[in-house]
Amino acid sequence: MTAVAGRKPAFTWVRLAVLLAFVVIVLIPIYVLLVTSFKPLTEADPGQAWNLPRTWTFEAWGVAWEKLAPGMWNSVLLAVPGSLLSCAFGSMNGYVLSKWRFPGSDLVFTLFLFGMFIPYQGVMIPLVQLLVGLNDLTGLPGVFYGGLPGLILAHVVYGIPICTLIFRNYYVTIPDELIEASRVDGAGMLRTYWSVVLPVSAPAIAVVIIWQFTSLWNDFLFAVFLTGPQSWPATVMLNNIAGAQATPYSQQMAAAILSSIPTMLIYVLLGRFFMRGLMAGALKG
Amino acid sequence: MRRARTWLPGLLLVAPSIVAIGVFVYGMLGWNFQLAMTDKHDEVSEGNFVGLQNFIDIWDQPRWHLSVNHAIVFTIVFVVGALVLGWLLAFLMEKGIWGEGTFRAIYLFPMAVSFVATGIVWRWLMNSGMEERAVGLNRLFDAIGLPQWQWFRDPDWGMAAMALPAIWQMSGYVMALFLAGFRGVPEELREAARVDGCNEWGVYRHVVLPLLRPVTLSALIILGHISLKVFDLIVAVSGKQIITDVPAVFMWVAVFDSHDPAKGATIASYIVLSVAVFVIPYLVWSVRKERRS
Repeated sequence: MTAVAGRKPAFTWVRLAVLLAFVVIVLIPIYVLLVTSFKPLTEADPGQAWNLPRTWTFEAWGVAWEKLAPGMWNSVLLAVPGSLLSCAFGSMNGYVLSKWRFPGSDLVFTLFLFGMFIPYQGVMIPLVQLLVGLNDLTGLPGVFYGGLPGLILAHVVYGIPICTLIFRNYYVTIPDELIEASRVDGAGMLRTYWSVVLPVSAPAIAVVIIWQFTSLWNDFLFAVFLTGPQSWPATVMLNNIAGAQATPYSQQMAAAILSSIPTMLIYVLLGRFFMRGLMAGALKG
Repeated sequence: MRRARTWLPGLLLVAPSIVAIGVFVYGMLGWNFQLAMTDKHDEVSEGNFVGLQNFIDIWDQPRWHLSVNHAIVFTIVFVVGALVLGWLLAFLMEKGIWGEGTFRAIYLFPMAVSFVATGIVWRWLMNSGMEERAVGLNRLFDAIGLPQWQWFRDPDWGMAAMALPAIWQMSGYVMALFLAGFRGVPEELREAARVDGCNEWGVYRHVVLPLLRPVTLSALIILGHISLKVFDLIVAVSGKQIITDVPAVFMWVAVFDSHDPAKGATIASYIVLSVAVFVIPYLVWSVRKERRS
């Protein structure tokens, strides 16, 4: 894409200047996070709020990590299996709804789409009641309600619509002839899925896993309603750390950065797929 | 219709998801509405059917009015702010610019961070301390001679300030949507308009902007539905304070602090309805459009 006639070079400079100004604005909070997190407590003086630390120290990072580590681990135990399961469901659903349709499959897809937009508040109280009921039913206290399995269940179920959508939109681009050919060869639905569809699914799998991993890692609402102190993920712990009046800013900021490292790494390394997930989620939020 | 043997396996494979969505989405929405129509105002009582009484009674509570007003102010500022900013950034980058990839990556970057982490740094930035106690933006504003603010603690404009972190976080996304929209306008159409004597602004006014309407609508829907259920950000910035109360926080308080399931369910129902009134028509419209094409 090159500059097109009708645009004067002067305007290009204006555009560049405005864009750079917004870069600075976007990066201000990042600057604050970093600078504050490296300050020793002795420099926690409002007068120096925007200054670079005079002595750089990892002191706050150490304390923050100690407080946050259990939550980080819970988040890993939540986001890894959760995103893999979502991916499995999404892939199978997307395959059937695009290539192996049944009567009424369009209606099913539409109903799934509506499920993507519900504010989760609208299901939260019944969900809590159901999970409490599952605890009682199975005789496993703190597993479904108050534990990670329940939280994973919720995320996987409410992730079905978006994951199905991403896979379906990807699979409709596979030529029907490939599926037909496999059928003619006598392969059934699962065999065709396994040998024809799955091998070409890698881009969609990457998009879905990244999308789900990021949403599960960053989720706060489900976690705050469904988990207890033993199973709090990083977001809830981070909020508790920051909510305590006694926690110095340096530790709050260090904890905020620590909790964001996994998703930021994904964004930096796999931003391309992250982008595609976002565009697929253009229907969602 | 094909024979059942060909389509039945597909139905079976999707069946677990159909059941899950049926129970967890539609079943629970119904269950929540049903709970909202009972007088189960504590955890132990049975709950008798009271019709829409809770939906009416809640309007007697000053806190409800406050949280609704807050949500409206927040939604307007956030949606307009993110739309305008996102559109502007996309417009500036639309024809390609040096370093475009870097700009895009930086603008989108806040999307990868949780609202909780964002909230922590913005709470510092929007600290209401002034003069020698000022940190954050007030300290910066003081240094460059701008007035200092109460930010989210301001009784009138607090929620407008609360929208700033949300705009910061989401405008990159809107930018990406609009950029894809701009780039989707075929160059031939622009060329044709130029041949017809349009100047560059005319091309935008008569060709590009009308074609961006669907993108604008999508962005509006996405931002609006995020906004009406906003929760994480508010909790991370100011906790449960009344001064920044919104329905989602009020519901949380009703469930966990007041232990009033029926009231929580009533607020949740209002949140669902407020989203449904514009999302359902939008989805019906977009499904129809997809069928047509």
